[in-house]
Amino acid sequence: MARYILKRFSLMIVTLLVIITATFFLMHSLPGTPLKNEEKLSPELRAQILEQYGLDKPAYVQYFKFVGHLVQGDLGKSLNYDGREVTDMLMQGFGPSLLIGSQALLFGVLIGLILGVLAALKRNTWLDSLATGASIMGVSIPSFVLAALLAYFVGVKLGWLPATGYDTYSATIMPSFALSFAVIAQISRYVRTEMVEVLEQDYMRTAKAKGINRFAILVRHALRNALIPAITVMGPLAVNIITGSLVVEGIFAIPGMGKMFVESILNNDYTVIMGTTIFYSVLIVVTLFIVDLLYGIIDPRIRITGAKE
Amino acid sequence: MKKKKLVPFLALTLVASLGVTACSFGGDKGAKDKGTLTVTDRAEPPNLDSAISSDSASRNVLANTQEGLYRHSKDGKSIEPALAESEPKISDDKLTYTFKLRDSKWSDGKPVTAKDFEFAWKRALAPETASEYAFILHALKNGKAYNEKNGKAEDVGVKAIDDKTLEVKLERVTPYFLDLVAFPNYLPQREDIVKQHGDKAGKFAKEANTNVYSGPFKLTEWKHEQSYTMEKNDQYWDAKSVKLNKIVTKVMKDSSANVNAYNTNQVQVTLLGTDYIPKYKDNKEAVSVAEGSSWYLEMNQKNKLLQNKKVRQALNLALDKKEFQANVLQDKSVPAGGLVPPEIKANGNDANKLYREAFPEEPKFDATKAKSLFETGLKELNLSQAPALEMVTDDTTAAKRHGEYVKDAYKKNLGLEIKVSSVPFKQRLDRGKKGEFDLLASGWHADYSDSLSFIGDLFTSDSPYNRGKWSNKEYDELVKKARENTTGNVEERLQNLRKAEAILLEDAGIVPEYYRSVYYMVKPEVKDMVFNSAGFGEEYSFKWAYIE
Repeated sequence: MARYILKRFSLMIVTLLVIITATFFLMHSLPGTPLKNEEKLSPELRAQILEQYGLDKPAYVQYFKFVGHLVQGDLGKSLNYDGREVTDMLMQGFGPSLLIGSQALLFGVLIGLILGVLAALKRNTWLDSLATGASIMGVSIPSFVLAALLAYFVGVKLGWLPATGYDTYSATIMPSFALSFAVIAQISRYVRTEMVEVLEQDYMRTAKAKGINRFAILVRHALRNALIPAITVMGPLAVNIITGSLVVEGIFAIPGMGKMFVESILNNDYTVIMGTTIFYSVLIVVTLFIVDLLYGIIDPRIRITGAKE
Repeated sequence: MKKKKLVPFLALTLVASLGVTACSFGGDKGAKDKGTLTVTDRAEPPNLDSAISSDSASRNVLANTQEGLYRHSKDGKSIEPALAESEPKISDDKLTYTFKLRDSKWSDGKPVTAKDFEFAWKRALAPETASEYAFILHALKNGKAYNEKNGKAEDVGVKAIDDKTLEVKLERVTPYFLDLVAFPNYLPQREDIVKQHGDKAGKFAKEANTNVYSGPFKLTEWKHEQSYTMEKNDQYWDAKSVKLNKIVTKVMKDSSANVNAYNTNQVQVTLLGTDYIPKYKDNKEAVSVAEGSSWYLEMNQKNKLLQNKKVRQALNLALDKKEFQANVLQDKSVPAGGLVPPEIKANGNDANKLYREAFPEEPKFDATKAKSLFETGLKELNLSQAPALEMVTDDTTAAKRHGEYVKDAYKKNLGLEIKVSSVPFKQRLDRGKKGEFDLLASGWHADYSDSLSFIGDLFTSDSPYNRGKWSNKEYDELVKKARENTTGNVEERLQNLRKAEAILLEDAGIVPEYYRSVYYMVKPEVKDMVFNSAGFGEEYSFKWAYIE
């Protein structure tokens, strides 16, 4: 297991390095500069300010300087927000994003599980069709469309939840739900398909014959096996939530990282682009890593083969 | 039982994240008391250091929390003495202004002195401050030289004679100087506060509590990327005119988020996104505000076709600006016949006259004449058919609609093919700068209320903002005369600027399109919130606002 983890870990570092390098040079090929008042800046003043920030140097020089600082844990200062520390900005943005995201995952997994199990148990009834319909919609409607619809109908028309903003806890429910829809859809489909298969297995009949009660059979034998494929897609789903949040945070005016990321790119705010990219990459790579480990926990066969490697 | 580990894990993450964020939920639920106003802004101020401020969000806070020598008046059009006790004494050569300061205090109780102005202005010009808006202080004697590392701080024309007297020397006669003084980059700063937090990029002005305030309100809370709160400043010299106790500004960029927040009464004032204009323009709560900006097409002079004067004139005449405004923009923008928007002062002998009142220009449209001019132009160029042109615009919905309109009009009226390239803002600026376009959709916001801000700063041959590189010697000569204004005769200066604009229009150096307006949604109970319709500096002031 230790060797397996070590191997995965070093691969993670290489992946991150590739991402950082690629983003850095792509970013520098964006037209324009991080200057805010570019439209009205005279060429002399422009040159002077670029020099002040060290942006007049060739991209590769700036790259090595950046990596040098990065190794020491220094992400630099925002160019657009006049010298605000990128680390501070990330810390501020991470809280709201984490809340919305983890809540979305929780909503998604719980509702998805329930829907999936119900659909499997009540196969070929109206409940099954409903769950199927819901998951087709969940997969095909992008989270930002759902977010806009929710904001308008639930927020403005019905007035049940705050349409936008981040002042109260209730304001986090709609954005989380919008993001969780795709998770609900996928989890419920996977759980249903697996459940249907597992329910047919011999060991289920054995368990039933042993006289274990129905609920215990479902949880201990059926669900646990049915969860394996669901766990596998959790990683990509978490990534989905992260990328979905880029737009959804804007629609609900959540002061999170997604909004910050989008704005930094529009503003050519180099240091913030790098900071958020690194942060997101770490998050995604680590999520995939955790899912791998979780997979091992759920299915002992994988843990064993992993140890043999 | 392993499955059970998953749910507790997720639950734990949720609880942890609630803990992380719990502190960011405040008590504000769009408080409904009469002392509190809640509004939105599209971005949060990057910084509140008046020396480097260059964006509208920071200006909106600065103008409400700080007090300069002059302030924009309640009518939204003129200016009035603020920390200046009265109008300054102006020397006979109009080059020296002496301001007397009234008794006034910073929010920490210390008096505001003339030194605070001298310090702030010199700091804004200092090359190491790297202010992107320093040019606005180039009106001061040796200001430009110091800013561009060719002079010394002590030679800059601003000096505190004593605590209450500020002497300002100008580089040349500047009839709009008092307008400049009302601009946020001319606000005072406290040397001890700035140095205490010691950072070139203005560290003192990145959080609410590290700064001191001289204006009607003081910033008391700043939740980054979320909201910021201003509260009444009891130390303000004119505190009796201030009725609101508190203003909460929520940061919302997305136009639908803004409209939703307004419609659910979370906020009382919001800027209306262009996508929503057709739906809300006739709403009683929609308030139109002129921006003091001019929008036009630039024509690249590297293109053979566009070098031809008749072709350029045809491009101007083939576009129906009135129809464009009525059917596409649908807001209160004004179809343009010239370059200078209607809010700009003439600054001639009559101090109250506006430039466009003195020199009206009707938007021109004549499809038949355009067609014949275009054909003559093609003949002069020995072309049987015009090559297709590329038009570069922004990628906003409004800009795309604009592109489509122009494309259709030129196809219909001239038989000219246009390929529209909609690109992100920074890319439009970049392509403009590099001359990578045939037609460029451009616009300009005035920095001060004088036609020089358009005629002088835009279309001289050496101007960096002249993207099409249209060039005319006589125009350059007239602008130079007006700018230097060696005789100090303001009427002669005005006439020279007008002659230059007339040349630009006659030679079709640009295709003028419209002077832009924006809409705010304002709840009926909000009174006397002043929208700065002249368009310089801040967008609005809360000094006199109250809730009925």
